[in-house]
Amino acid sequence: MNNNAIVTKDLTKRFGDFTATNAITFEVGQGEIFGFLGANGAGKTTAMRMLCGLLKPSSGEAKVAGYDIYTQTEQIKKRIGYMSQKFSLYEDLTVKENIRFYGGIYGLSNRQIKEKTRQLLARLQLEKEAGHLVSSLPLGWKQKLSFSIAVLHDPSIVFLDEPTGGVDPITRRQFWDLIYESADKGVTIFVTTHYMDEAEYCNRISIMVDGKIKALDTPSGLKKQYNAGSMNDVFLQLARAKS
Amino acid sequence: MQPIIVENIHKSFGDVKALHDISFTIGEGELFGLIGPDGAGKSTLFRILATLLLADEGNAKVNGRDVVKEYRTIRREVGYMPGRFSLYQDLTIEENLNFFATIFNTTVEENYELIKEIYEQIAPFAKRPAGKLSGGMKQKLALCCALVHKPKVLFLDEPTTGVDPVSRKEFWDMLQRLKTKGIPILVSTPYMDEAVLCDRVALIQKGAIMQINTPANIVAGFGMPVWAMKAKNIYRLIHDLRAFKGVLSCYAFGEYLHVTLDTELDDVKAYLAPLGHEALEIKPAAPGIEDAFMQLMQEQNELT
Amino acid sequence: MKQFFVFVRKECYHIFRDKRTLLILFGMPLVLIVLFGFAITNEIHHVQIAVLDQSRDSYSQRLVQKMTASRYFTVNRYLSGEKDIEPAFRQGDVKMVMVIPNRFAHDFFHEKKAAIQLLTDASDPNTATTLINYANSMIMQYQQELTGELKLPLTISGEVQMVYNPSLKGVFLFVPGVMTLILMLVSAMMTSITITREKELGTMEILLVSPLKPVMIIAGKVIPYIVLSFLIALIILAMGAWVFAMPVKGSLLLLLLECILFGLTALSLGILISSVTNSQQTAMMISLMGLMLPTILLSGFVFPLESMPKALQVVANAIPAKWFNIILKDVMLKGMGLRQVWMPTLILCGMTVFFLAVSIRKFKIRLS
Repeated sequence: MNNNAIVTKDLTKRFGDFTATNAITFEVGQGEIFGFLGANGAGKTTAMRMLCGLLKPSSGEAKVAGYDIYTQTEQIKKRIGYMSQKFSLYEDLTVKENIRFYGGIYGLSNRQIKEKTRQLLARLQLEKEAGHLVSSLPLGWKQKLSFSIAVLHDPSIVFLDEPTGGVDPITRRQFWDLIYESADKGVTIFVTTHYMDEAEYCNRISIMVDGKIKALDTPSGLKKQYNAGSMNDVFLQLARAKS
Repeated sequence: MQPIIVENIHKSFGDVKALHDISFTIGEGELFGLIGPDGAGKSTLFRILATLLLADEGNAKVNGRDVVKEYRTIRREVGYMPGRFSLYQDLTIEENLNFFATIFNTTVEENYELIKEIYEQIAPFAKRPAGKLSGGMKQKLALCCALVHKPKVLFLDEPTTGVDPVSRKEFWDMLQRLKTKGIPILVSTPYMDEAVLCDRVALIQKGAIMQINTPANIVAGFGMPVWAMKAKNIYRLIHDLRAFKGVLSCYAFGEYLHVTLDTELDDVKAYLAPLGHEALEIKPAAPGIEDAFMQLMQEQNELT
Repeated sequence: MKQFFVFVRKECYHIFRDKRTLLILFGMPLVLIVLFGFAITNEIHHVQIAVLDQSRDSYSQRLVQKMTASRYFTVNRYLSGEKDIEPAFRQGDVKMVMVIPNRFAHDFFHEKKAAIQLLTDASDPNTATTLINYANSMIMQYQQELTGELKLPLTISGEVQMVYNPSLKGVFLFVPGVMTLILMLVSAMMTSITITREKELGTMEILLVSPLKPVMIIAGKVIPYIVLSFLIALIILAMGAWVFAMPVKGSLLLLLLECILFGLTALSLGILISSVTNSQQTAMMISLMGLMLPTILLSGFVFPLESMPKALQVVANAIPAKWFNIILKDVMLKGMGLRQVWMPTLILCGMTVFFLAVSIRKFKIRLS
């Protein structure tokens, strides 16, 4: 249990008389790729914000990277990476400047930043574009760069909020290659997506409906349980059931 | 008469070529999909057809009317839902709908038949401001607003982007029903799996159309067998396969990998055998639109 | 026509549902008037002066008495020599030093000409100018008393102000100023923001594709703001009248018409701004930097235009607020009619037509 990257117990957040997340309980192991699915407004974002230490829960417990989300948010923030489709990089800074900036935020030394920048550019084959403004890159490259920067400081968990929206199918897979690579190194991946085929790439998936976790298992386990051919069917069955 | 005719459209913004030599036609009552990622030029094409942008070259006709000369008439006749359209957040569902009905010189009652099915789903929330609706409900309201004046052609630019799978499915069901009413629909989407729901699709990437055909024909034209493979450690399997010379492409597809080969399957099996993959599974797979798209993308990349 | 009506109604919904902006729009005039009226005042009231009386006779003493008898000046100290002048200023409370030369009375009666030196702290040039004007007019009065029957024409500019604003109330100058400022803000900034908001939302694309004519879109968006700015102008006038007993000497009808005219000028500027920008943020920055600042600085509302460099005075001619400020002062304080204010009125009309023409030319029936 202590080795788990994320542990939550009855985690709840209420806004007024609206319960956004309703007593969710789950564990995510270190190095696991955990898919966090749900319809729009099911409470995914709220749950993710609590885990990142941005929102105080109304009740329940949770530990992220071994730190309590009520009292140790500062430590948590140092141990996690975060990337979303909306906020990723500064468009008016160059690739290199963005890497430098985020490296600086997480307190990497100049030598570390230099070394990491070299590795990162080589890995993404972006050496030639290092001095280009981020705004001039295609969307897919931005997303890959953005992910690489999110794991620049070697976090133990990285939160990805719909990281591949609108990206072409090849780049989307290259993006998942990066995710696999990080998970292989022991980084825990916590990801939300609207692409159901991507859900299948995860080790385990939870599906949220109306603030509650309605299902949690491996993709094949869920398909068996719901007697469905694809994750899309599982998702439709679950989300439909509410109404 | 073809409701939409597009001929050799070019459009650049500065140095960026947004659209390159785009041509296609859409027939009566056809549901035509523009499938491609963000930045492929889909929205630019929509704006040209909706008379909001002028093409650099080429011409286009909507309902037999020229998009440049007869823009006023076209504007009365099309229903357009822009990609970033988000309605008036501070107006209620009812107010939004009434507003758009009136500015198109009609009333909600007059064409209620057309939007009835969709509107009934959101009617219980009629007094709620649009800003407080869920993504799926917003899309439904936006579709109602685009339909309220009984357009002769419907342009929907990425109506399902950022919407969850349930709402997406509902939205496509609505489009199928609209199609039966004889309205030609041009719809764009970055989700490849939605392509099969269209009558015909144009696969678009980097401002150029790679192929136009029915989804079935596109898949049939894939032209080589696809193998689905999986193992316990999928990441290692990807690496091993990509390292093998006989593997043309290897991409993750759901829980399996889709692999194409320019050698015999037995060679691959022989290659993998000593690598000790647990729970290795290999079986033939049916290629999908996404396989085709990626194949075409690779061809396009090799050309440029 | 129904379309148009519906459009205006929709715009009103936007305005009335945005409670915070509404509160700011109506609250700001109140706050500004109170601020300018009570707190930030440039009235002359018990200003500390120092006197270096080298003459020390009854005439010079009477002059000093006359100065202090008014509420305007208080003698802070008497200096013993010229070397004390600078320290007096440096200590800070003394704003003006009056030097009465030796043989003051003698020179006056025998040479028919006596000099009095007034030294002011010009680090605050506006106050300095005002102080000199006040002091000058008082010295003139004194001179008149001394010469008795001798008639002297009153030609000092300070006198002009005192005639129309006898109690020298700063608030009388600020009410027109605040009115100019608020009308500019509501009309120009709010319209440019509301139009660019539609662009950001993507609703502008739908409106353009609809059969609505661009002119209708623009008119529908601005008409509620014309009404709003007119209401605010009324509130400011009412506040001026009730709280500060500010007179409207001229025709109230003319005044209100002029307010509407200026509202239109500002609206046309707002439309112009929105036609060259696509984001609310840029529209706001342009309105603030390009309209508000010049309105505050160059309209003659805070800083007198007369004391500005020639170049700036020329630039100020292009600021609509300058002309409106002139109209307001002339109509409210001097009771002038259209016959006297026809020129600034005509200039404002010209500007409005010009801005509208440019923005109609600039307004795109397409997106680019």
